[in-house]
Amino acid sequence: MTFEEIKGIIKDKTVGIAGAGGLGSNCAVALARVGVGRLIIADFDVVSENNLNRQYYFFDQIGEKKTFAIKSNILRINPTIEVVTHDKMLTPENISKIFMDCDVIVEAFDHADQKGMLIETVLSQMPEMYVVVGLGMAGWGMNDSIHCRQIGKMFICGDEVSEISPELPPIAPRVGIVSNMQANVVLEILLDKK
Amino acid sequence: MKILLNNIPESFTEDKFTITELLKVKNFTFKMLIVKINGKLVKKTEYDTVKVNDGDDVMVLHLISGG
Repeated sequence: MTFEEIKGIIKDKTVGIAGAGGLGSNCAVALARVGVGRLIIADFDVVSENNLNRQYYFFDQIGEKKTFAIKSNILRINPTIEVVTHDKMLTPENISKIFMDCDVIVEAFDHADQKGMLIETVLSQMPEMYVVVGLGMAGWGMNDSIHCRQIGKMFICGDEVSEISPELPPIAPRVGIVSNMQANVVLEILLDKK
Repeated sequence: MKILLNNIPESFTEDKFTITELLKVKNFTFKMLIVKINGKLVKKTEYDTVKVNDGDDVMVLHLISGG
């Protein structure tokens, strides 16, 4: 498939991104570069200086809402993308409404309990939806431990072991690998589904 | 009973037990889990009531923080 053919298919697709931190901001940018037509991004947080070791924001964006900052960064890369943002906390009550029109949802939260909430909500309320989860990417090195596997319509990307801690922080290389792995799975789903 | 747990065959002396009992027997102490039986999600609130039966395909996904 040529890049023109790829773009022709994915320009009509919609991808939901739950969280615009390390996983979400990098995954969104990868999908925007390829040309996914519409991105629906939800986050309630603000860019802080300690985000810059892995998240797709710039020093002069510290203090900005992440939804505002990621939209502006995406449009600088590819102004043809429609970026819909929701500056709010996702809950079991609003997830299916916000991501209703998506072809795939990317789980890009930080905390395990939020990941669990999103997965449970999507699996129970949107059983036909593809969901791509990022699981285990703290620290550095250990390239071989990062993998992707499929369970029904859910895909798991990461090493499924490395939990963040003060001694094992999430930093750019491994977070970048897993977020781009998620984008890679999304692309595979979008191109196969057609 | 014999079940498939995360794609590995396992045998237990009990005929059946709840998800809570399975997690205890397997010493799965993680706070955040996703459990599916035969492809169907079992919600956290159902762990005490939903039973695992002979021949079931059980998936327990351990959720960890980071993103």
